[in-house]
Amino acid sequence: MPPLISIRNVSFAYDGELVLEDVSLDINQGDFLAILGPNGSGKSTLLRLILGLLKPQKGHIYLFGQDQSRFKEWWRLGYVPQRATYHVDPVFPISVKEVVQMGRLARKRFPRFFNKQDEEAVIFALKKVEMLGYLHRKISQLSGGQQQRVFIARAIVCEPEVLLLDEPTTGIDAASQERFYDMLLEFNKTGLTIVIVTHDIGIVNKHVRQVACLNRKLVYHGTHEEFCSSPKLAEYIGDHHLVIHRH
Amino acid sequence: MLLELFSYPFFQRAFLAGILLACSAALLGLFLILRKDAMLGHGLTHTAFAGVAIALFFHISPFPVALVVSSLAAFIILKVREKAGLYGDTAVAILSSIGIAIGIILASLGKNFNVNLLSFLFGNILAVSNLELYSSLILSFLVILTLIFFYHELIFVTFDEESARASGLPVAQLDAILALLTAITVVIGMKVVGLLLISALLVLPGASALQICSTFFHTTLLALFLALLSVCGGLILAGFLNLPASGAIILLGGFLFALCFIIRRIPCILNLW
Repeated sequence: MPPLISIRNVSFAYDGELVLEDVSLDINQGDFLAILGPNGSGKSTLLRLILGLLKPQKGHIYLFGQDQSRFKEWWRLGYVPQRATYHVDPVFPISVKEVVQMGRLARKRFPRFFNKQDEEAVIFALKKVEMLGYLHRKISQLSGGQQQRVFIARAIVCEPEVLLLDEPTTGIDAASQERFYDMLLEFNKTGLTIVIVTHDIGIVNKHVRQVACLNRKLVYHGTHEEFCSSPKLAEYIGDHHLVIHRH
Repeated sequence: MLLELFSYPFFQRAFLAGILLACSAALLGLFLILRKDAMLGHGLTHTAFAGVAIALFFHISPFPVALVVSSLAAFIILKVREKAGLYGDTAVAILSSIGIAIGIILASLGKNFNVNLLSFLFGNILAVSNLELYSSLILSFLVILTLIFFYHELIFVTFDEESARASGLPVAQLDAILALLTAITVVIGMKVVGLLLISALLVLPGASALQICSTFFHTTLLALFLALLSVCGGLILAGFLNLPASGAIILLGGFLFALCFIIRRIPCILNLW
């Protein structure tokens, strides 16, 4: 089976400053991959390139075997942005139900009106993240951890095949983080491929199966067992200020 | 007395034009406020002013010229924002100043049309002609229908633009649609409340509804209701008290905003006691 996401010799620069250089990486069905790296290592840029928010200046990205420039089925990639955890504007009048509904739009054609099937999908997604009881609550009234669950529900409401999360635990307390990673692990066991971009190396301890280390170039890509037993980890932590949490 | 007011054809026309303008301005204004782009409406009134001055200078109908000039200005604002890397409202400020400058120069060169120009600045809803009414009706329907058809996409783009883009939604096209609809609404409104006050009609209903509601759908409904109340109530007040309709509409809108502001804070006020 071909990789779901294939990154081939991708380079990207902001205003002439190289952020990613010749990166090649395959993400396969069922992977639970953490892309690790210090601030400015290009990990969020790589995620934005996968999502088509940025265009590679060199190299190619293939999504589900198709060249990204021709790819149209964006609902197959669920995305939880980094800012989602702390960027909810308290003035914005929007309920949990309305936020999760947004996720259904990717799979609809114009005119995009919601029907009973969409309503059922919203309820199902909220049940999965244990947030159904908050259906009509204003999102800004929820805690950071609860908001994060709602954004996950929005990302999975279209039944994507890959879930991409950018620094998902920023601003969330340790107990909520633990529950949050356990929930992702459950999703992964049901076949959902998960890619997390993070500078929190503590995630490697028990949750992920594969690790990719970025620092402009791809420094390491392999299983988490190899990563933990290799001198690369010590070298990597020694070189860069990554956050370590022991769970 | 009220029935008598409605027996005048000019009042019926004003009422119909006002209702449709209220609906389009309330719907559109809510998106503009939440995108922190309320100044776009204000800026486009200045460019519409340039359009009216150009039309009066060349002795042609102001309505279509203002429509073309404002729509063009809306697209230029979008492009300048995208390409010039300017902060916030800078592009709007540049275009609106140029619009006013063109208006002033033409008004000074053209002479004799200043009175006409003033009626567009302050509005004269009771002098809406049949042609203006029909064009306003068609354009208002167009604005309202477009907003209904793109309602959910616009909410997504307004709330979280990056995720909307990642979902494959045509964000740039939605931005352009919103800017174009704002230009159209400004031009429809120039006869009803005047160019100086149309931005208030765009902002007040949404800002008032935001004080109270916690879901987007409820905010939309309340903004629509408050806009209709301002326009209908303002027109009736103006009819009874012989006041300028535009002033009465906006003052009533301002009063409703104050009311919503107080209602939201009632629990805090009660706690103080």
